[in-house]
Amino acid sequence: MKKTLAVAALLSVAVVGAAQARDQIRIVGSSTVFPFSTAVAEEFGKTTSFKTPVIESTGSGGGIKLFCAGVGENQPDITNASRRIKKSEVETCAKNGIAEVTEVKIGFDGIVLANSKSTDTFKLTKEQIFLAVAKTVPSQDGKSLIDNPYKKWSEIDASLPDIAIEVLGPPPTSGTRDAFVELVMEEACDSFDAIKAIKDNKDQHGAACKGVREDGAFIEAGENDNLIVQKLEANPAALGIFGFSFLDQNGDKLHGSIIDGVAPTFEAIADASYPVSRSMYFYVKNAHVGTIPGIMEYVSEFTSEKAWGDEGYLADRGLIPMPTAEREAVRNAAMNMSPLSM
Amino acid sequence: MTDMASLMEDRAKPGTPKDPRKPVNWDSPDIARRIKKRYGADRRFKMYGLVAILMALAALLTLGTSIVSKGYTAFFHTYVELEIFFDPAEIDPDRTNDPAVIGRANFDGLIKQNLRNHFPDVTGRSELRQLYDVISGGASYDLRTRVMENPSLIGETRKVWLISGDDFDMLNKGFIDAGGEEASRRLSDAQVGWFQRLVADGAVEKQFHKRFFTGGDSREPELAGIWGAAVGSFYTLIITLLLSFPIGVAAAVYLEEFAPRNRFTYLVEVNINNLAAVPSIVFGLLGLEVYLNLMHLPRSAPLVGGLTLALMTLPTIIIASRAAIKAVPPSIRQAALGLGASKVQTVTHHVLPLAMPGILTGTIIGMAQALGETAPLLMIGMVAFIVDVPGGVTDPATVLPVQIYLWADSPERAFVEKTSAAIMVLLGFLILMNGFAVYLRKKFERKW
Repeated sequence: MKKTLAVAALLSVAVVGAAQARDQIRIVGSSTVFPFSTAVAEEFGKTTSFKTPVIESTGSGGGIKLFCAGVGENQPDITNASRRIKKSEVETCAKNGIAEVTEVKIGFDGIVLANSKSTDTFKLTKEQIFLAVAKTVPSQDGKSLIDNPYKKWSEIDASLPDIAIEVLGPPPTSGTRDAFVELVMEEACDSFDAIKAIKDNKDQHGAACKGVREDGAFIEAGENDNLIVQKLEANPAALGIFGFSFLDQNGDKLHGSIIDGVAPTFEAIADASYPVSRSMYFYVKNAHVGTIPGIMEYVSEFTSEKAWGDEGYLADRGLIPMPTAEREAVRNAAMNMSPLSM
Repeated sequence: MTDMASLMEDRAKPGTPKDPRKPVNWDSPDIARRIKKRYGADRRFKMYGLVAILMALAALLTLGTSIVSKGYTAFFHTYVELEIFFDPAEIDPDRTNDPAVIGRANFDGLIKQNLRNHFPDVTGRSELRQLYDVISGGASYDLRTRVMENPSLIGETRKVWLISGDDFDMLNKGFIDAGGEEASRRLSDAQVGWFQRLVADGAVEKQFHKRFFTGGDSREPELAGIWGAAVGSFYTLIITLLLSFPIGVAAAVYLEEFAPRNRFTYLVEVNINNLAAVPSIVFGLLGLEVYLNLMHLPRSAPLVGGLTLALMTLPTIIIASRAAIKAVPPSIRQAALGLGASKVQTVTHHVLPLAMPGILTGTIIGMAQALGETAPLLMIGMVAFIVDVPGGVTDPATVLPVQIYLWADSPERAFVEKTSAAIMVLLGFLILMNGFAVYLRKKFERKW
């Protein structure tokens, strides 16, 4: 008796649930974009008559996978990504009936290597950074991989200062670390013949490209970028890895290393000439606009000056805004729902 | 063993001609040594147990103190008293008293205006922006509610306690060092100066932070509350209970009272015991596949969370219920059957009521487990930023442990105390549930 009652109650609840139309935006995707996206969502919920969107932090890849699963009420409307969508992913989307997707670039995420102003600025290449922090490096004859023997910067290249290698960086749980590995180490590693030679062996190649040394020259300084900044002041010989916004706010004490000839400045990050920066995006499913209420208004809130402008609330949370002209262009394209083509 | 053997030798040896019936001399040094050894072993054994308990208690105490000492400050928040002139021109220019007009008024601007009046020496765009941070962005909603409830405030000047921004709350609670270097803290020297002026005026006070218990999640630590997650947990557990309790008890009754003992029931039994040990993430994947992909139920809904957790809780309930049913003496069944009761009557009138305390205890322990679960919910989208408090089982929701995880992951310093406070709330619920289990057991317990 109890059982029948309970099952009946449950089924009726399920039916009611399925019949209800969704009136709330659903967003999935990158954990890097999550803090910005949630801030916009909350403001959007408070200042409009629409419900506050639900945002899941699934990672860029996982988000796009969910996003591209199909069109319909049970599918997300927007996905956040800390990289551009891949061609193969657009094709998956198209195969599942999502023909039109609007791309909205929201700003930049720059990663800097900085040290105290009492020491000279480092001029580094990605290869030199790789040799300084990788767990295994090519041996002198370039034929095999050996445990990283470099203790001083000058051992890597005579032009670098004669001080011990000491790099303070985020732990593997951090998104900044992922980006550093992806944008510096993985790009540099294939320029060494010994690592290129093992390209077919995915496991070994991955370990050689992503492995960070554990002999004390690379120090995991915790998730808190502020902590790294303070440690750099106390230790002028050390280099620190963190987000650009912290360098920007501590410009009186620290200076950023020049990487591949480009200094980490606002302009260099914004026009992508600084090599260790990435753009952040979100993607909108055009087919859902008009079906799910509020999507256009959410996009409008995200792309408003008070959100992503130079003094907007997203800049307070660490977003590097795009130049004004580009912001305007992206906003116009987004508001017209111009579909992405690759 | 050798002690025992030698004792036997001492005592008996009936065949020896020397002393055929010599009794054991309990006062001999040999025996005294053995007795001492036995008592020593006893004492040591007791001591090991005591040490184990003390270690567990110490661990619990460390955990408790660390959580409470970090979290208790979250129950109070810093409020700033500000003189607010409820400017009719700003709020309701035409004096309509229409709630719609008042609702649209720019209360944020009103607060900023009054802040400027309070600090007339602060000028310049960036300085003013810093000044506005003193009061939380959420204060304007409080002010709006106040005026909507009492429109006669319009045109008056009142002193109002407004919720402060999270950084200033941290400063007031001593988590930001006002003496440190300017660059090493989030607040500028000017901001610290303004705040100290407010403190000197007696316009700063720590008040009970009701919003923490009544609000939903927020990206602003001072506005974030636990209520959304608590309601989500409640709905999820209701679904879990509605599903797993009847099915679990029915399964246990069938297996114990009706099922024939054969290879098939044995197989079922083994599988149930195995299921109880399956990692919970597996149930999450199952939930994703069955409820979301196959049945198209809404994502992030407590309904799906409850269905998934019910799968996880079922084995626990079945095992506990079976043990409780097995513990009912067979004589009770035999007496009932002997007096002409049918099998169903025997079970529903006698066996189940007597087994109920055990069944309920098992159920509540299973539910407490479900309350603390996050892994399966990750797969079905309940690990999400959700501001609105859910109004039903199909609304998007999150649960208490997930809320703790999300806050622990947030960069803002003020979320540290929120995280610990949320843990305290979760532990409170667990203690309540376990206490309820103990109460039920005591109330319905019967002895033969």
